Amino acid sequence: MIRSPIAVALVGLSALAVATFPRSVLVFLFFQGSLLYVFKARMPEPLRWGLLAVSLLVLMPTIGYFNSYYLEVATQVGIFVALALGLNIVVGLAGLLDLGYVAFFAVGAYSWAIFGSPHANIIFGGESFPLAGWWFYVFLFVGLGTAAITGILLGLPVLRLHGDYLAIVTLGFGEVIRVLANNLDKPINLTNGPKGITPILRPPTPFGIPYGEFFYFLALLIVVAVIVVNRRLEDSHIGRAWEAIREDELAARAMGVSLVRMKLMAFACGASFAGVMGVLFSAKQVFINPESFTFLESIGVLAMVILGGMGSIPGAIVGATVVTVLNLQVLKGFSLWLNELKNAGVTILGFSLADLPTQFEPAKYERMGAAASASWPIEVGPSLARTTPGGRVEPRPCRPCSKPAASRRGSAGSRRCTTCTSRSTGGSRRSSGRTAPARRPCSTSSRGSTPRTRAA
Amino acid sequence: MDVELLIGIFPQVLLDGIILGFMYALIALGYTMVYGVLEFINFAHSEIFIFGAFVGVEVLLGLKSIGLLDGLPWPLVLVLVLVAGMAASGLLAVTVERVAYRPLRGAPRLIPLISAIGISFFLQDLIRLVESLWRNAFNLVYPTMDVLNLRFELSETIDVSVKSLVVIGGALLMLWALHLIVNRTKVGTAIRAVAEDQAAASLMGIDVNRIISLTFLIGGAMGGAAGVLFGVQYGLINPYSGFIPGLKAFTAAVLGGIGNIPGAMVGGLVLGLLEAFAAAYLSLLTGGAFGAEYKDILAFSILILILIFRPKGLLGEVVRERA
Amino acid sequence: MIRHRGYLVLALVAILAVALLPAANLDAQGKGTIKIATQSPLSGGQAALGEGIKLGAQLAVEKFKGTLEKQGFKVELVPFDDQAKPDVGVANAKNIIADKDILTVIGHLNSGVAIPSSEVYKEVSLAMISPANTNPVVTDRGYPNVNRVCGRDDVQGVVGSEFAHATMKAKSVYIVHDKTPYGQGVAEFFKADAEKKGIKILGFEGTEEKSNFDPIVTPMKAKNPDVIYFGGIYDQAAPFFKQSREKGVKGKFFGPDGMDSSDLTKIAGKAVVGMYYTSAAGPASELPRAKAFVEEFKKKFGKNPEPYAAEAYDAATIALKGIEAAAKGGKMPSREDVATAVRKTKLPNGITGDIEFDGKGDRKKALYFVLQVASDDPGKWGNNKIVKQLAIAAPAAPVAPKK
Repeated sequence: MIRSPIAVALVGLSALAVATFPRSVLVFLFFQGSLLYVFKARMPEPLRWGLLAVSLLVLMPTIGYFNSYYLEVATQVGIFVALALGLNIVVGLAGLLDLGYVAFFAVGAYSWAIFGSPHANIIFGGESFPLAGWWFYVFLFVGLGTAAITGILLGLPVLRLHGDYLAIVTLGFGEVIRVLANNLDKPINLTNGPKGITPILRPPTPFGIPYGEFFYFLALLIVVAVIVVNRRLEDSHIGRAWEAIREDELAARAMGVSLVRMKLMAFACGASFAGVMGVLFSAKQVFINPESFTFLESIGVLAMVILGGMGSIPGAIVGATVVTVLNLQVLKGFSLWLNELKNAGVTILGFSLADLPTQFEPAKYERMGAAASASWPIEVGPSLARTTPGGRVEPRPCRPCSKPAASRRGSAGSRRCTTCTSRSTGGSRRSSGRTAPARRPCSTSSRGSTPRTRAA
Repeated sequence: MDVELLIGIFPQVLLDGIILGFMYALIALGYTMVYGVLEFINFAHSEIFIFGAFVGVEVLLGLKSIGLLDGLPWPLVLVLVLVAGMAASGLLAVTVERVAYRPLRGAPRLIPLISAIGISFFLQDLIRLVESLWRNAFNLVYPTMDVLNLRFELSETIDVSVKSLVVIGGALLMLWALHLIVNRTKVGTAIRAVAEDQAAASLMGIDVNRIISLTFLIGGAMGGAAGVLFGVQYGLINPYSGFIPGLKAFTAAVLGGIGNIPGAMVGGLVLGLLEAFAAAYLSLLTGGAFGAEYKDILAFSILILILIFRPKGLLGEVVRERA
Repeated sequence: MIRHRGYLVLALVAILAVALLPAANLDAQGKGTIKIATQSPLSGGQAALGEGIKLGAQLAVEKFKGTLEKQGFKVELVPFDDQAKPDVGVANAKNIIADKDILTVIGHLNSGVAIPSSEVYKEVSLAMISPANTNPVVTDRGYPNVNRVCGRDDVQGVVGSEFAHATMKAKSVYIVHDKTPYGQGVAEFFKADAEKKGIKILGFEGTEEKSNFDPIVTPMKAKNPDVIYFGGIYDQAAPFFKQSREKGVKGKFFGPDGMDSSDLTKIAGKAVVGMYYTSAAGPASELPRAKAFVEEFKKKFGKNPEPYAAEAYDAATIALKGIEAAAKGGKMPSREDVATAVRKTKLPNGITGDIEFDGKGDRKKALYFVLQVASDDPGKWGNNKIVKQLAIAAPAAPVAPKK
């Protein structure tokens, strides 16, 4: 196999390049790209995981030692990967469209922020807070638990809802949590309102690792744990039940799947990952206020999941990485570069960039660039998601004709069978099926789209 | 607690709520119509809405600069601005559909959703870019016409301005026109047919793509009209100010039963009234412990309650016709 | 499949090509460049204010970089967009500290972004001068590198209530704020002090609403307060004031320095004529230096300065002076030296008054003007008259906001 040496060479070369040019965004992207190659190329498994482990555990912190910005990017990638994986359970596996996911992140963040800062004294009186630093590790689990409970609390009333109705209620829920956080400074001061909570305590680190590296490793550890849990869940009877619910609720119930339990479990699992990361986020930031938990953040995480391909673990990882790197690095780098050109007085086509009106300030349009690239996700989305590590496409049997689905176009979560065009059962899936006639085969859940013939 | 005060402001709050409700209803139509035919949430509709407001303000400022703003009779000016805003928003909606949604029609359901969100952000900053080049500012103020600011003081606490009557009248007119188009014309029948079943509609000789474009045109035009009325009523617009009303209108559409035209109107009104009453009364009733800032929580809580007892929205099952 | 791969590869190559150039460029420039970074929201809903900060700093850098350039340095301004998001702000901050040429940061707009980002600057003792973060916490942490040229909420709120009590003779006041750390902060301090002075608080409302204030105005009108205080920024205050007057509210309007923009009258017109606001920046009509600033700003960027543009200008001026002091002898100064020098820098006759930092990085004495809006013509914003001047020193110890 020629790919293995290529992979080793790529990783080695790129690491070397980063060491030589520690400030170059391109070179760091090269490093990230070689990791992606290792992740996706066909090669012996031990070699793949070995390379990844070396890169992430040794090379990355070393790079970060020289340029902490890269470490910050890597840490944020880790945070968003965990969030995307959590949302992937709810949206991708169980097919429940959640537009308020960041609420769980907020719950986790506030749980440590309140008790890890002097703020709790205002609520409970006395001088006993902040808690000692080591409590942070306990609160990783407290955050997990609180978020999971919040997930169940959200899940209970919305069990009967489907599709877009569910989406709008979760959206409302997300807003409710943010508005509460923004307003619960009276009558009881729980969150200190828009002024936020600070200083939030950071934990004592083992072996005195600097905080940059510490949060990176912790994020990595959590991501690995989340991936393992995700993998195990996906292959367990719970994961099968989720997929069954996504595909067809009625059929799932007929097969003895408890909808209530399984849906609640999906919400709780998805929420708990966000809760853990919330605790980490609040300690990393030292300060939190409701501005970090807006609706746009929920949408951002959803975009990562969809971009990578719903229902696919590697997809969520790649989606989160691409979006975060694009936002924090590529577009920033690009606008900084344009700014350099401007300062250097470069002329293009006889027009001096220095004369550019301030309306065209590149830094102002980074967001526009991100939006434009997200508007045409079709090329990136499905093609990234289709392959699992190693480039294998795992065929899933198509239900109606039970042949392996040769995925044509569509994310991993909604592969369609080319043999029988549709795997829909044709019946009405609008909740009760009482009044609405069968309008179209696929409607409420995020299962699939209308067959292409419709669009012609 | 001052009971007299509570009762005294009631009619005024009711009026405020109705104005807001009609605004939401007009915007919600765009969401609900698109949802009816394509079953997807057109997130960019909030920018289509604010785009109408921007075209409206540009027309007004243009008229003002050539001195016609006070020269022409004010109803004519209003109609002119409304038509311009509607045409611009309608065309923008059609363009967005053509560029960003049609290529994705075969893709999984959530893919166009992300495309829509992307388009939404893109349009926000595009409007800003154009306006800041053109006017060197992107917070634009609607030029006021004196007639519109006339007020009739009915009592010490109740005021009715010409402006609010214009907004209510304009909204009613739009809703009535839409009702006629959808229910009384051939085109409307075609729209309903496509919403019911695209495949069957195309077998009946309906050009589905054309009808979808048309749906975007009508929904966009309604959004544009709402944008102009929004500008006239509240006075200040910026490229980002469409997002929140858009979100609320979407909520209203779901509240009324998404995909259902009368539902959007009812949903809009209910939401508008809820918000107005929550904002005005919460603080008075709780002695300041909870204030106007909880209006969204109340609105969303009631939304959740309604959906729990009527999971298909207020009119989701009562009315079968969809568009 | 293959077609898609092709596109993907093409896209990646394009991205790489684009990114390659900055790499070459960034590495090419070595010694001798001094950079000043700004961090503020340049996109999204708060972009107008964020841009004002950037432009104010830009004006100062272009005007005063001469001294350093004579010594052989190249002076550049590097704008960053923090999108008003703390996570983006922190990532930018890390990017900033990785660029050794950046010696000072002018920023941020939002305290929520400034506090976590300044933790990052502190790691390398990078001086940060804030033009707009009025939250007391920003300097109360006592970091040697964090300074601000703007006032504090706990000072400005008190200035406001003092004026409302003594000069406006207000018996009752209705307070509305915008639910941001700034607006709510200043409104709470105003409220606490007004209560102490015996002014009756008829209402205290927060709202995130930007355009439709009807439901808030209605009960306010029914209560008929003497003074209406809006804690927030002009783009929200102006429609609020306008709609209040249109609905027949009779009380006098009053607000903090977020009102200090000609756009206030542009949006609200006659409604705000005669209203009062507190500001650290003096009016162009009475202070020649302020007049010069406004004129230069207008000439260069074609519009009136936003609130905090003057503060950003002063901040950048101090940054350059600090760097000059640290670079005595023509050597590239270290960040620690710059931070120490900035703290010691005095700027007499800044646009916002005499600036001198105390041990925490607050201004030793914050001079506040109470101004009155003179005309409904935005072009005559500079004619606003000083009604009163108040100088108050920043509190030495952290003052907890009243609950």
